[in-house]
Amino acid sequence: MPPRPRRPRPLSVVGTSPPRLEGAAKVAGTARYVDDLEFPGLLLGRTIRSTVPRGELLGWSMGRRPRGLHVVSAADIPGRNAIALLEPDQPCLVRREIRHAAEPVLLLAHEDRDALASVAVELRERPRKAQLDVRASRSFCKEILIEKGNLSRGFARADRIVEGEYTTGHQEQLYVETQGVIAVPEKDGVTIYGSLQCPYYVQKALVELLSLPPERVRIIQVETGGGFGGKEEYPSMIAGHAALLALKSGRPVKLVYDRSEDMLATTKRHPSIVRHKTGVRRDGSLTAMQIDVLLDAGAYVTLSPVVLSRGVLHAAGPYRCEDVQILGRAAMTNTPPNGAFRGFGAPQTQFAVEVHMERIAEALGIDPLELRRRNALRPGDTTATGQRLGADCSALPCLESAVRRSRFVARRRAIEKHNAKARVSGGPLRGIGLALFFHGSGFTGAGEVKLASRAALELTPTGARILVASTEIGQGTRTILSQIVAEELGWPLSRIEVADPDTREVPDSGPTVASRTCMIVGEILRRCAQSLKRALGRMTPRQYLAKNGPLVVTEQYDRPKSMHWDDVHYRGDAYGAYGYGCDVIELEIDPVTAEVRPAEVTAVQDIGRAIHPVLAAGQIEGGTAQGIAFALAEEVVMRDGRMANAQLTNYAVPTPLDTPPMQVEILEFPYGHGPFGAKGVGEMPIDGPSPAVVNALRHAGLDIRDIPAVPERIAGLVDSMRGAAT
Amino acid sequence: MRKILLRLRVNGAHHEVAVRPSATVLDVVRDTLHLTGTKRGCDMGTCGCCTVLVDGRARLGCLTLAAEVEGCEVRTIESLREGEQLHPLQSAFAECGAAQCGFCTPGFLMTCSALLSRTPTPTPEQVKDAISGNLCRCTGYTKMYEAIDRAAAQMRTEPAREPELSSREAVSGGSR
Repeated sequence: MPPRPRRPRPLSVVGTSPPRLEGAAKVAGTARYVDDLEFPGLLLGRTIRSTVPRGELLGWSMGRRPRGLHVVSAADIPGRNAIALLEPDQPCLVRREIRHAAEPVLLLAHEDRDALASVAVELRERPRKAQLDVRASRSFCKEILIEKGNLSRGFARADRIVEGEYTTGHQEQLYVETQGVIAVPEKDGVTIYGSLQCPYYVQKALVELLSLPPERVRIIQVETGGGFGGKEEYPSMIAGHAALLALKSGRPVKLVYDRSEDMLATTKRHPSIVRHKTGVRRDGSLTAMQIDVLLDAGAYVTLSPVVLSRGVLHAAGPYRCEDVQILGRAAMTNTPPNGAFRGFGAPQTQFAVEVHMERIAEALGIDPLELRRRNALRPGDTTATGQRLGADCSALPCLESAVRRSRFVARRRAIEKHNAKARVSGGPLRGIGLALFFHGSGFTGAGEVKLASRAALELTPTGARILVASTEIGQGTRTILSQIVAEELGWPLSRIEVADPDTREVPDSGPTVASRTCMIVGEILRRCAQSLKRALGRMTPRQYLAKNGPLVVTEQYDRPKSMHWDDVHYRGDAYGAYGYGCDVIELEIDPVTAEVRPAEVTAVQDIGRAIHPVLAAGQIEGGTAQGIAFALAEEVVMRDGRMANAQLTNYAVPTPLDTPPMQVEILEFPYGHGPFGAKGVGEMPIDGPSPAVVNALRHAGLDIRDIPAVPERIAGLVDSMRGAAT
Repeated sequence: MRKILLRLRVNGAHHEVAVRPSATVLDVVRDTLHLTGTKRGCDMGTCGCCTVLVDGRARLGCLTLAAEVEGCEVRTIESLREGEQLHPLQSAFAECGAAQCGFCTPGFLMTCSALLSRTPTPTPEQVKDAISGNLCRCTGYTKMYEAIDRAAAQMRTEPAREPELSSREAVSGGSR
């Protein structure tokens, strides 16, 4: 029997769903985003970009310059011309070498939008041969090898060996608010107001770029219209540009991209090629998994090494196997650098393993559901890195619940009957598919120890104020962190305030990424609340403040004692906790247009504890919609290293008409080191939909191994299948 | 650059504005009147963030020339609530989790208010159809349907608040 979810003690705030704290401002239209802010003397910025994917910048010429035009080039950079992140390889502005199209070269600013747009700039570029084929690239920015057991022993024990190759394309984050910042020059530094996820990342980058001490680079996150990873590292670039213009002109500068520039120039999900070679016994048990992961990093390193890391750590899926080898490489090409996008490598590798599982079942002639039941991770099993899973390992409960809720077995039988007729009549074909997946919460391995995040609580006359750099980008940070603190203090939610993320006011609680805000930062805050409660004793806040003066309690990340990680050999506890999920998707294929219409989705996910069930379900629904579109619709067309469809008219993100009804169930298998048992929830929902969709297409008879499976591709397959049937 | 003088009625107030002939309703409400609740998401009629009401009808602010709406009643998100009293749609969006990042929210709310003033009891298909020109990247739309249902139910039990809005349907001026 799998362990049952347990409920430690009755909760009064955690587990309820009050309206999100900034919700009233958002629905009233009074929430202020970057482009809504005005400053006296504000200039508008514009970026001039390279037109070739690789080459040398020889110079530039400018037509008529309107009065009051400010121009910045690489020569104006006071510090190091690099965006500080993992590697200092990416320049803030091209000096000579061009490594991708749409690379920033020059910056302009003017107070009048029309005057700014009228400036004609011609770049003199000497093109060189670009590497646009990731398979041909021999330049790798990161290689990772994971080895468990003995691969040849595993293959020797197998009855069958099943191989397959699976690929995924770019995906654009498509936050509805485009990238934007305002830089305000100060007496001795600069202040940035930005749409961003990680204030301290931006500060780190600007300190290097501007050669200023951190206290003179102030970063304030304003209301942010979505991120999905797209505002993790790129804001350092655009903030750098605005800051350079502001410092040179001595005036505030607003730089807000239009949709097309945002799509052309900013990071996207890494395209992937994943090869599987798997040994299986006749009964379906996996004896050996050899997995090769190749990611297209693009022209600069950005976050690719860590995306690759998360990718390989999830590449074997939530399955038990004693003999495993996973080799991951991230290769450089002359396309705009790829970066963080919800899921961060895991959606790519779990697409591959989950589609491959379906092909293994097919090769063995066994039920794919039974194959997953046989191999799903259970408490006490070990992952590819040898991490032993605790009682909160819920892969099987998720699978069984999704199968039950979706009536998977009955629906599958009914669909097969339907398709037998449809193949003859030419009517729409149907399919049902499932995917089992998992997702590690928090930074990988020793990442959280290195981050050493800090969070603080300040006592106020009426309650407490949360001080963290973790940002609200729509996912509900403000609300859930307040709930955690209120619950621990035993106070109503109304007594908790949240400070704006401003590097002058809040400690560095780490970046808002990696499904870590609730589980990691939430737990640090819960400990702050515990300390605050102890300090207060029986006093009210007012009494305490009158007697002792101000009180700020700060706590730091505390590694669970049992957690160990060897970064050299990639062995040990890769993540503090894993969430698990199972998606079932039923779809229909239009016989004329070859459009695939998802008809019904069941998403069951274990997130440890839903601090706010409505917001948590919102994460699952939104992530699922993005995942379905990743499989079926969102195609980035690259031509000569440049996105050819950089607009919403032909890059198809899901509208209400494309999005099926979703049935969401949240399971709670608590994690001992998360606040009230919570694990992460932000990223996991995007791991499952793409393989579930492709497995449903397989059920309908279509052999898809590459996504996005846009209608043009489906049409050819449907035609050839009908040809074979008649 | 040549400018034209327009007389506009926005949220019940009269304004005289001098703008480029190519200025859109979105340009005027955001840049001239500083009504920044209306958002610019794509500026080419694909996302619906800039939806406003023109004579009670949902229109895309980025594809509607300001010169076209002279003599019309333009309403933006700022006029949806009465004083501090949120419109039932606004309360329902906040309560149901239908607003996440909030950037598309004003556009959805204006589209939905046009729908409900014309069709107090919309079918699920009518709702889907009405909002099909608006994009949300956060929610997957599920919670929006709940919110719209809840608001519609509440509005049916209350007297209509906006009888002056001649209520016609959905988005014009191009939708995807």
